[in-house]
Amino acid sequence: MMFGKAQTRNVPALAAVCLLALLVASANPGAAGQTRPPPSESREAGLQAWAGIARVLRHPRCMNCHTTTNFPRQGDDRHPHVNLVRRGLDGHGVPGQMCSTCHQTENNESSGVPGTPNWHLAPLSMAWEGLSDADLCRVLTDPKKNGGMDLAKLEEHIEHDPIVAYGWNPGANRKPIPGSRADLIQLMKTWSRAGAPCPSRTASR
Amino acid sequence: MLEFKVNGQLRRVDVHPDTPLLWVVREQLGLTGTKFGCGIARCGACTLHVDGSPVRSCSFPVSAAPGHEITTIEGLSNDVSHPLQRAWIAEQVPQCGYCQSGMLMTAAALVRLRPKPTDEEIDFAMTNLCRCGTYPRVRSAIKRATGQAEGRG
Repeated sequence: MMFGKAQTRNVPALAAVCLLALLVASANPGAAGQTRPPPSESREAGLQAWAGIARVLRHPRCMNCHTTTNFPRQGDDRHPHVNLVRRGLDGHGVPGQMCSTCHQTENNESSGVPGTPNWHLAPLSMAWEGLSDADLCRVLTDPKKNGGMDLAKLEEHIEHDPIVAYGWNPGANRKPIPGSRADLIQLMKTWSRAGAPCPSRTASR
Repeated sequence: MLEFKVNGQLRRVDVHPDTPLLWVVREQLGLTGTKFGCGIARCGACTLHVDGSPVRSCSFPVSAAPGHEITTIEGLSNDVSHPLQRAWIAEQVPQCGYCQSGMLMTAAALVRLRPKPTDEEIDFAMTNLCRCGTYPRVRSAIKRATGQAEGRG
Protein backbone atom coordinates (compact mmCIF):
# COMPACT_ATOMS: atom_id res chain seq x y z
CA MET A 1 0.00 0.00 0.00
CA MET A 2 1.24 3.43 -0.87
CA PHE A 3 0.80 6.76 0.78
CA GLY A 4 1.75 10.20 -0.51
CA LYS A 5 5.19 11.67 -0.22
CA ALA A 6 5.86 13.18 3.19
CA GLN A 7 5.50 16.91 3.10
CA THR A 8 3.67 19.62 4.97
CA ARG A 9 2.61 23.12 4.09
CA ASN A 10 4.75 24.37 6.94
CA VAL A 11 8.02 23.24 5.44
CA PRO A 12 8.49 26.31 3.21
CA ALA A 13 7.70 28.64 6.10
CA LEU A 14 10.11 26.82 8.38
CA ALA A 15 12.79 26.85 5.70
CA ALA A 16 12.28 30.59 5.32
CA VAL A 17 12.64 31.09 9.07
CA CYS A 18 15.81 28.98 9.11
CA LEU A 19 17.18 30.87 6.12
CA LEU A 20 16.44 34.16 7.83
CA ALA A 21 18.25 32.93 10.93
CA LEU A 22 21.26 31.98 8.82
CA LEU A 23 21.26 35.31 7.01
CA VAL A 24 21.01 37.20 10.27
CA ALA A 25 23.80 35.12 11.76
CA SER A 26 26.05 35.68 8.77
CA ALA A 27 25.28 39.39 8.62
CA ASN A 28 26.11 39.75 12.29
CA PRO A 29 29.16 37.59 12.92
CA GLY A 30 29.58 36.90 16.58
CA ALA A 31 26.33 38.66 17.25
CA ALA A 32 26.75 38.06 20.98
CA GLY A 33 29.63 40.46 20.89
CA GLN A 34 27.89 42.58 18.30
CA THR A 35 29.15 46.03 17.63
CA ARG A 36 26.88 48.34 19.56
CA PRO A 37 26.94 52.11 19.47
CA PRO A 38 27.93 53.78 22.72
CA PRO A 39 24.95 53.88 25.12
CA SER A 40 22.94 57.07 24.85
CA GLU A 41 20.69 56.20 27.78
CA SER A 42 21.76 55.46 31.34
CA ARG A 43 22.05 51.90 32.55
CA GLU A 44 19.38 52.73 35.12
CA ALA A 45 16.97 53.85 32.40
CA GLY A 46 17.80 50.71 30.47
CA LEU A 47 17.12 48.43 33.42
CA GLN A 48 13.86 50.21 34.09
CA ALA A 49 12.85 49.71 30.47
CA TRP A 50 13.87 46.06 30.66
CA ALA A 51 11.58 45.53 33.67
CA GLY A 52 8.70 46.79 31.51
CA ILE A 53 9.72 44.54 28.63
CA ALA A 54 9.93 41.52 30.94
CA ARG A 55 6.40 42.21 32.19
CA VAL A 56 5.17 41.99 28.60
CA LEU A 57 7.11 38.81 27.86
CA ARG A 58 5.60 37.15 30.91
CA HIS A 59 2.05 37.79 29.72
CA PRO A 60 0.14 34.60 28.86
CA ARG A 61 -0.25 35.77 25.24
CA CYS A 62 3.54 35.46 24.92
CA MET A 63 4.40 32.84 27.50
CA ASN A 64 1.83 30.25 26.40
CA CYS A 65 3.98 29.47 23.36
CA HIS A 66 7.38 30.09 24.99
CA THR A 67 7.07 27.02 27.18
CA THR A 68 9.68 24.66 28.55
CA THR A 69 7.31 21.78 27.88
CA ASN A 70 6.61 19.63 24.84
CA PHE A 71 3.19 21.25 24.59
CA PRO A 72 1.82 24.79 24.38
CA ARG A 73 -0.44 26.32 27.00
CA GLN A 74 -3.59 28.34 26.50
CA GLY A 75 -5.87 30.73 28.33
CA ASP A 76 -5.09 33.31 30.94
CA ASP A 77 -4.71 30.47 33.47
CA ARG A 78 -2.09 28.92 31.17
CA HIS A 79 -3.51 25.43 31.22
CA PRO A 80 -2.01 22.79 28.91
CA HIS A 81 -3.44 23.13 25.41
CA VAL A 82 -6.51 20.95 24.94
CA ASN A 83 -6.61 18.09 22.43
CA LEU A 84 -3.20 16.79 23.52
CA VAL A 85 -1.50 19.30 21.26
CA ARG A 86 2.23 18.61 21.08
CA ARG A 87 5.25 20.71 20.12
CA GLY A 88 6.61 18.35 17.45
CA LEU A 89 10.10 18.50 16.03
CA ASP A 90 9.92 22.05 14.70
CA GLY A 91 7.38 23.69 17.00
CA HIS A 92 4.58 23.39 14.43
CA GLY A 93 2.83 20.36 15.92
CA VAL A 94 2.89 16.69 14.98
CA PRO A 95 1.74 14.77 11.91
CA GLY A 96 -2.05 14.63 12.01
CA GLN A 97 -2.30 17.55 14.40
CA MET A 98 -0.29 20.54 13.28
CA CYS A 99 -0.77 24.05 14.67
CA SER A 100 -2.21 24.89 11.25
CA THR A 101 -4.89 22.23 11.68
CA CYS A 102 -6.79 24.79 13.76
CA HIS A 103 -4.85 28.08 13.71
CA GLN A 104 -5.04 30.03 10.47
CA THR A 105 -3.57 33.38 9.48
CA GLU A 106 -6.22 35.46 11.26
CA ASN A 107 -8.38 35.20 14.33
CA ASN A 108 -11.53 33.31 13.42
CA GLU A 109 -14.60 35.07 14.73
CA SER A 110 -17.05 32.22 14.27
CA SER A 111 -14.99 29.52 15.97
CA GLY A 112 -13.09 31.81 18.34
CA VAL A 113 -9.79 30.15 17.39
CA PRO A 114 -6.95 32.67 17.40
CA GLY A 115 -4.67 32.98 14.40
CA THR A 116 -1.78 34.81 12.82
CA PRO A 117 0.67 33.84 10.09
CA ASN A 118 3.14 31.09 11.01
CA TRP A 119 1.46 30.15 14.29
CA HIS A 120 3.94 27.96 16.16
CA LEU A 121 5.74 27.35 19.44
CA ALA A 122 8.97 29.17 20.13
CA PRO A 123 11.94 26.80 20.10
CA LEU A 124 13.05 25.36 23.43
CA SER A 125 16.11 27.62 23.32
CA MET A 126 13.61 30.45 23.75
CA ALA A 127 11.63 28.81 26.54
CA TRP A 128 10.97 31.50 29.13
CA GLU A 129 8.96 29.74 31.81
CA GLY A 130 10.56 29.96 35.24
CA LEU A 131 13.29 32.42 34.28
CA SER A 132 14.16 35.41 36.44
CA ASP A 133 14.26 38.85 34.82
CA ALA A 134 18.04 38.51 34.66
CA ASP A 135 18.01 35.14 32.94
CA LEU A 136 15.15 36.11 30.63
CA CYS A 137 17.22 39.08 29.52
CA ARG A 138 20.26 36.91 28.85
CA VAL A 139 18.24 34.37 26.86
CA LEU A 140 16.59 37.08 24.78
CA THR A 141 19.89 38.71 23.90
CA ASP A 142 21.84 35.51 23.20
CA PRO A 143 21.97 35.03 19.41
CA LYS A 144 22.72 31.36 19.93
CA LYS A 145 19.30 31.06 21.53
CA ASN A 146 17.24 33.75 19.83
CA GLY A 147 17.70 32.70 16.23
CA GLY A 148 20.74 34.86 15.55
CA MET A 149 19.04 38.18 16.24
CA ASP A 150 21.06 41.22 17.19
CA LEU A 151 19.40 44.18 18.90
CA ALA A 152 18.29 45.75 15.64
CA LYS A 153 16.68 42.50 14.55
CA LEU A 154 15.04 42.10 17.96
CA GLU A 155 13.54 45.56 17.62
CA GLU A 156 12.39 44.71 14.11
CA HIS A 157 10.81 41.48 15.38
CA ILE A 158 8.91 43.37 18.06
CA GLU A 159 7.89 46.12 15.65
CA HIS A 160 6.88 44.12 12.58
CA ASP A 161 6.41 40.39 13.21
CA PRO A 162 2.67 39.55 13.00
CA ILE A 163 3.02 36.88 15.68
CA VAL A 164 4.05 39.65 18.11
CA ALA A 165 1.16 41.85 17.00
CA TYR A 166 -1.21 39.03 17.93
CA GLY A 167 -0.54 39.76 21.61
CA TRP A 168 -2.57 42.96 21.36
CA ASN A 169 -5.26 41.47 19.15
CA PRO A 170 -5.94 38.01 20.59
CA GLY A 171 -9.58 37.80 19.58
CA ALA A 172 -12.55 36.25 21.37
CA ASN A 173 -12.50 36.96 25.11
CA ARG A 174 -8.75 36.65 25.58
CA LYS A 175 -7.02 39.42 27.47
CA PRO A 176 -4.63 41.43 25.32
CA ILE A 177 -1.23 42.41 26.61
CA PRO A 178 -1.66 45.59 28.71
CA GLY A 179 -0.47 48.80 27.11
CA SER A 180 0.22 49.02 23.42
CA ARG A 181 2.72 47.62 21.00
CA ALA A 182 3.99 51.18 20.57
CA ASP A 183 4.72 51.26 24.32
CA LEU A 184 6.77 48.07 24.01
CA ILE A 185 8.63 49.40 20.99
CA GLN A 186 9.49 52.52 22.99
CA LEU A 187 10.74 50.41 25.90
CA MET A 188 12.84 48.35 23.48
CA LYS A 189 14.38 51.49 22.01
CA THR A 190 15.21 52.90 25.44
CA TRP A 191 16.68 49.57 26.55
CA SER A 192 18.64 49.29 23.33
CA ARG A 193 20.00 52.85 23.59
CA ALA A 194 21.22 51.98 27.07
CA GLY A 195 23.18 49.07 25.61
CA ALA A 196 20.52 46.43 26.40
CA PRO A 197 21.65 45.95 30.02
CA CYS A 198 20.54 42.85 31.89
CA PRO A 199 19.91 42.93 35.66
CA SER A 200 22.44 41.16 37.79
CA ARG A 201 21.29 37.69 38.79
CA THR A 202 21.24 38.61 42.46
CA ALA A 203 19.14 41.72 41.91
CA SER A 204 16.47 39.95 39.96
CA ARG A 205 13.70 37.70 41.21
CA MET B 1 -16.38 34.85 -6.73
CA LEU B 2 -13.80 32.53 -5.18
CA GLU B 3 -12.09 29.77 -7.14
CA PHE B 4 -10.18 26.79 -5.82
CA LYS B 5 -9.69 23.08 -6.37
CA VAL B 6 -11.77 20.56 -4.46
CA ASN B 7 -11.00 16.88 -4.95
CA GLY B 8 -9.07 17.72 -8.09
CA GLN B 9 -11.78 19.81 -9.71
CA LEU B 10 -11.77 23.58 -10.04
CA ARG B 11 -14.82 24.98 -8.27
CA ARG B 12 -16.24 28.50 -8.11
CA VAL B 13 -18.36 29.78 -5.27
CA ASP B 14 -20.06 33.08 -4.59
CA VAL B 15 -20.20 33.36 -0.82
CA HIS B 16 -19.15 35.74 1.92
CA PRO B 17 -15.37 35.40 2.33
CA ASP B 18 -15.69 34.73 6.06
CA THR B 19 -17.88 31.67 5.49
CA PRO B 20 -16.27 28.60 7.02
CA LEU B 21 -15.02 26.21 4.34
CA LEU B 22 -17.10 23.50 6.04
CA TRP B 23 -20.36 25.17 5.02
CA VAL B 24 -19.12 25.85 1.50
CA VAL B 25 -18.22 22.22 0.82
CA ARG B 26 -21.47 21.03 2.36
CA GLU B 27 -23.97 23.58 1.11
CA GLN B 28 -22.50 25.10 -2.03
CA LEU B 29 -20.68 22.03 -3.32
CA GLY B 30 -22.96 19.31 -1.94
CA LEU B 31 -20.11 17.34 -0.39
CA THR B 32 -21.89 16.35 2.81
CA GLY B 33 -19.37 13.76 4.00
CA THR B 34 -17.62 16.49 5.99
CA LYS B 35 -19.60 16.97 9.19
CA PHE B 36 -20.40 19.82 11.56
CA GLY B 37 -19.69 18.90 15.15
CA CYS B 38 -18.68 21.61 17.60
CA GLY B 39 -17.95 24.63 15.41
CA ILE B 40 -14.92 25.57 17.51
CA ALA B 41 -12.25 23.34 15.95
CA ARG B 42 -12.32 21.02 18.91
CA CYS B 43 -14.04 17.79 17.84
CA GLY B 44 -12.54 17.21 14.39
CA ALA B 45 -15.73 16.05 12.63
CA CYS B 46 -15.13 18.74 9.98
CA THR B 47 -11.54 17.72 9.21
CA LEU B 48 -10.51 17.85 5.57
CA HIS B 49 -7.18 18.40 3.86
CA VAL B 50 -5.67 21.62 2.58
CA ASP B 51 -2.68 20.73 0.41
CA GLY B 52 -2.55 17.38 2.15
CA SER B 53 -2.51 18.74 5.70
CA PRO B 54 -5.45 18.27 8.07
CA VAL B 55 -7.58 21.33 8.71
CA ARG B 56 -10.64 21.86 10.88
CA SER B 57 -12.84 23.38 8.22
CA CYS B 58 -15.29 24.98 10.67
CA SER B 59 -12.46 27.37 11.53
CA PHE B 60 -11.04 27.91 8.04
CA PRO B 61 -12.51 30.85 6.10
CA VAL B 62 -13.26 30.09 2.48
CA SER B 63 -11.31 33.24 1.56
CA ALA B 64 -8.14 31.31 2.47
CA ALA B 65 -8.90 28.46 0.05
CA PRO B 66 -7.92 29.95 -3.35
CA GLY B 67 -4.49 28.74 -4.36
CA HIS B 68 -4.83 25.58 -2.31
CA GLU B 69 -6.03 22.06 -3.06
CA ILE B 70 -8.88 20.93 -0.85
CA THR B 71 -9.56 17.24 -0.33
CA THR B 72 -12.70 16.03 1.41
CA ILE B 73 -13.63 12.51 2.44
CA GLU B 74 -15.24 12.13 -0.99
CA GLY B 75 -11.84 12.72 -2.57
CA LEU B 76 -9.83 10.33 -0.42
CA SER B 77 -10.58 7.72 -3.09
CA ASN B 78 -13.37 7.41 -5.62
CA ASP B 79 -13.99 3.73 -4.98
CA VAL B 80 -13.35 3.24 -1.25
CA SER B 81 -9.97 1.79 -2.13
CA HIS B 82 -7.80 3.89 0.15
CA PRO B 83 -5.97 1.53 2.53
CA LEU B 84 -7.48 3.32 5.51
CA GLN B 85 -10.99 3.02 4.11
CA ARG B 86 -10.46 -0.70 3.55
CA ALA B 87 -9.06 -1.12 7.04
CA TRP B 88 -11.95 0.89 8.52
CA ILE B 89 -14.37 -1.59 6.94
CA ALA B 90 -12.32 -4.62 7.90
CA GLU B 91 -12.13 -3.50 11.53
CA GLN B 92 -15.77 -2.36 11.54
CA VAL B 93 -14.67 0.91 13.10
CA PRO B 94 -17.83 3.07 12.87
CA GLN B 95 -20.73 2.77 15.24
CA CYS B 96 -22.98 5.74 14.56
CA GLY B 97 -20.36 6.93 12.07
CA TYR B 98 -20.87 10.67 12.44
CA CYS B 99 -17.27 11.48 13.37
CA GLN B 100 -15.66 8.93 11.09
CA SER B 101 -15.04 11.02 8.00
CA GLY B 102 -13.07 13.43 10.15
CA MET B 103 -11.28 10.51 11.80
CA LEU B 104 -10.33 9.10 8.41
CA MET B 105 -9.05 12.42 7.12
CA THR B 106 -6.92 12.90 10.21
CA ALA B 107 -5.62 9.34 9.94
CA ALA B 108 -4.82 9.86 6.25
CA ALA B 109 -2.82 12.98 7.10
CA LEU B 110 -0.98 11.07 9.82
CA VAL B 111 0.05 8.09 7.69
CA ARG B 112 1.06 10.37 4.85
CA LEU B 113 3.87 11.63 7.07
CA ARG B 114 4.26 8.57 9.28
CA PRO B 115 3.77 5.46 7.15
CA LYS B 116 4.07 3.25 10.23
CA PRO B 117 2.87 5.36 13.15
CA THR B 118 3.61 4.30 16.70
CA ASP B 119 0.92 4.17 19.38
CA GLU B 120 2.17 7.51 20.70
CA GLU B 121 2.02 9.12 17.27
CA ILE B 122 -1.52 7.84 16.86
CA ASP B 123 -2.49 9.19 20.30
CA PHE B 124 -1.22 12.70 19.54
CA ALA B 125 -2.67 12.82 16.03
CA MET B 126 -6.05 11.19 16.55
CA THR B 127 -7.59 13.70 18.91
CA ASN B 128 -10.92 13.71 17.07
CA LEU B 129 -13.80 13.11 19.45
CA CYS B 130 -16.05 10.06 19.13
CA ARG B 131 -19.05 9.73 21.43
CA CYS B 132 -19.38 6.04 20.51
CA GLY B 133 -15.86 5.45 21.84
CA THR B 134 -14.45 3.80 18.73
CA TYR B 135 -10.91 4.80 19.62
CA PRO B 136 -9.51 1.25 20.03
CA ARG B 137 -10.88 0.27 16.63
CA VAL B 138 -9.52 3.44 15.08
CA ARG B 139 -6.09 2.45 16.36
CA SER B 140 -6.50 -1.09 15.08
CA ALA B 141 -7.54 0.13 11.66
CA ILE B 142 -4.57 2.47 11.38
CA LYS B 143 -2.26 -0.38 12.39
CA ARG B 144 -3.89 -2.67 9.83
CA ALA B 145 -3.69 -0.09 7.06
CA THR B 146 -0.02 0.50 7.75
CA GLY B 147 0.93 -3.17 7.85
CA GLN B 148 1.18 -3.32 11.61
CA ALA B 149 -1.57 -5.84 12.15
CA GLU B 150 -2.93 -6.19 15.64
CA GLY B 151 -6.06 -7.73 17.16
CA ARG B 152 -9.32 -5.87 17.03
CA GLY B 153 -9.64 -3.28 19.76
